[in-house]
Amino acid sequence: MNFNEHDAKKAILVPAGIPVLNGRLCHEAAEAAEAVRALGPCAIKAQVPTGKRGKAGGIKLAKTPEEAQQAAETILGMSIGGYEVGAVLAEQAATIRKEYYAAVLHAPSERASLVLFCAEGGMDIEELAEERPQAIRRFLVKDPGHFTMEDALMLTVDLDDDAQEVARILVSLYRRYRETDAELLEINPLARLDDGRVVALDCKFVLDDAASSRQETLCAHAAPAKSTALEREAAAQGLKYIELDGEVGILANGAGLTMTTMDVVSHYGGRPANFMEIGGDAYTKAEPALRVVLTNPKLRSLVVNFCGAFARTDVMAEGVVNAWKKLKPEIPVFFSVHGTGEDEAVALITAELGLTPYDLMEDAVQAAIGTAQ
Amino acid sequence: MSRFPILRRADRILVQGITGTQGSFWTQKMLGIGSNVVGGVNPRRAGETHLNLPVFDTAKTAMRETGFDVAVMFIPPMLAKTAAIDAIESGAKGLVILTEHIPSHDVLEIFAASRAHNTRIVGPNTAGLVTPGETFAGIMPGHNTNIFKPGHIGVISRSGSLGTLICLNLTRAGHGQSSFVGIGGDPMIGTTSLDALRALDEDERTEAIVLVGEIGGAMEEAAAEYAAGMKKPVVSFIAGRAAPPDKRMGHAGAIVSGNAGSYPAKQAALERAGVAVADTPHEIVDLLRVRLAQPACNSS
Repeated sequence: MNFNEHDAKKAILVPAGIPVLNGRLCHEAAEAAEAVRALGPCAIKAQVPTGKRGKAGGIKLAKTPEEAQQAAETILGMSIGGYEVGAVLAEQAATIRKEYYAAVLHAPSERASLVLFCAEGGMDIEELAEERPQAIRRFLVKDPGHFTMEDALMLTVDLDDDAQEVARILVSLYRRYRETDAELLEINPLARLDDGRVVALDCKFVLDDAASSRQETLCAHAAPAKSTALEREAAAQGLKYIELDGEVGILANGAGLTMTTMDVVSHYGGRPANFMEIGGDAYTKAEPALRVVLTNPKLRSLVVNFCGAFARTDVMAEGVVNAWKKLKPEIPVFFSVHGTGEDEAVALITAELGLTPYDLMEDAVQAAIGTAQ
Repeated sequence: MSRFPILRRADRILVQGITGTQGSFWTQKMLGIGSNVVGGVNPRRAGETHLNLPVFDTAKTAMRETGFDVAVMFIPPMLAKTAAIDAIESGAKGLVILTEHIPSHDVLEIFAASRAHNTRIVGPNTAGLVTPGETFAGIMPGHNTNIFKPGHIGVISRSGSLGTLICLNLTRAGHGQSSFVGIGGDPMIGTTSLDALRALDEDERTEAIVLVGEIGGAMEEAAAEYAAGMKKPVVSFIAGRAAPPDKRMGHAGAIVSGNAGSYPAKQAALERAGVAVADTPHEIVDLLRVRLAQPACNSS
């Protein structure tokens, strides 16, 4: 779950005492002009949860209300990284003396957390990691909750005057990362201003989806996901659905098998119309899942590929058969069914739909591609 | 127990959450093939018996009473941390975490505890471990003899459903399995592809290995490096070749951002290491037949 800069600053940094500049969230250009009247010169910043906003033209400096009006008019409604800009943050302009980079994130291969610090902020950290990895200092936190001032000072020790203050911010940042179930909490840049303050000029916060039930207050401020109407409808029903460009519809159980079905469709020259996975507890949701898959107007044929381990194929087949009889779709469907509950599933499909499942998924897929073309 | 994540019938298994619907269902299946289940945990039903097995309040009590080796968890995500740490602190040598969607900060605490107590973890979000004809722990159809048959192929999979299909294909082609190691679909897991590959390389029953991976992360690349020095043949399939970038493909771990975690990167690393990479699941069987017919392998 991603958050826009303004929400991340307000909900994550400010409560932790990490300073940010004065700013106003504006949904209309006139509000941006008003903000500059009140705060003086401002940076007008597109609020979308994606990087490289500056490069995309989503951040402009406005010295006068007229400039703010103009900048906001340009930026509002822009599309950046697939997100439409619905709001801008008008943030008081400041003179920067020095920029740093600070982040806390999961380190899956170490099964631990990583605090990153770099004395050169503001740049693309991924590019820097590629070009000069030694510039990024790392501290691996193996024992959750144990990142001390002493640890932080190891990262900031050569910053002269800023060492203590920046280290304190790193400690707060790590504490917030834990409290808010963050996967990533990043300040880039963290800046020492000419007036002496150290402030977070930007903030990126990614909340772990699995923790959303215990972070309801925060989740209410999350940026809307980049998804189609059909994807949102599926998500609301607890289904993992991704809309794609092709013609061959896919319904399968388990992430691995569903991805593999897509792969086999492309391998034989077809194009998948979707990813729809009803593994795990969702195996009882074959009927609503099929409804979503069939809603896609690009669909020309459908592959139903089940291999039951935890998921019972008889339960899934019943859902498919029910949906099929209710919706009476006119496209051809090709089954391959194996694993838990296989005999009952095959008998049901044969009796109710008059179809014989293919022994190999590869054959079911090729048949589906053949009729889609 | 030194073999974990390879299970043997002698391994004494504790089922946490044994009285729930899924815990009961799968414990019966496990018992059906002769798994050595010695008890279960449910604090609210401690002292009762369930499926003729004793129910304990905690894994710690179960350890005192039964001296179990491996715990397997049928526990919902928000309670998983407490159950896992109970098992770890009880002194369990191995812990199989089936639960999907455990908050990742809880997972970090579980791993910190496992390091302190030397517990080996499989998962989270795994379908479990199967030694065909002998024992299993998890939510795999380990009891289904059309799918799993004793033999000499070790199978490693991030996915339960795809792993099941591949074991079925192997069995039909006459290749039984020495062990199925489901490592789990999460980005942060206790037993990686490399850990499982090493265990199967050292397993005397295993003659060849099928490594079933997925896009996302760098586990397959790490496993490839090790495979380059192996004598046993390794055949691989990586799911997600056709997946669009920046989308999470069902599994939390299956996402490609930039070049990291991409199919081409994994394919190249595996092929460089002498591992044959199949285009479709069924092709695995053909590649395996070829590799088994060759003398010694993978040296690049």
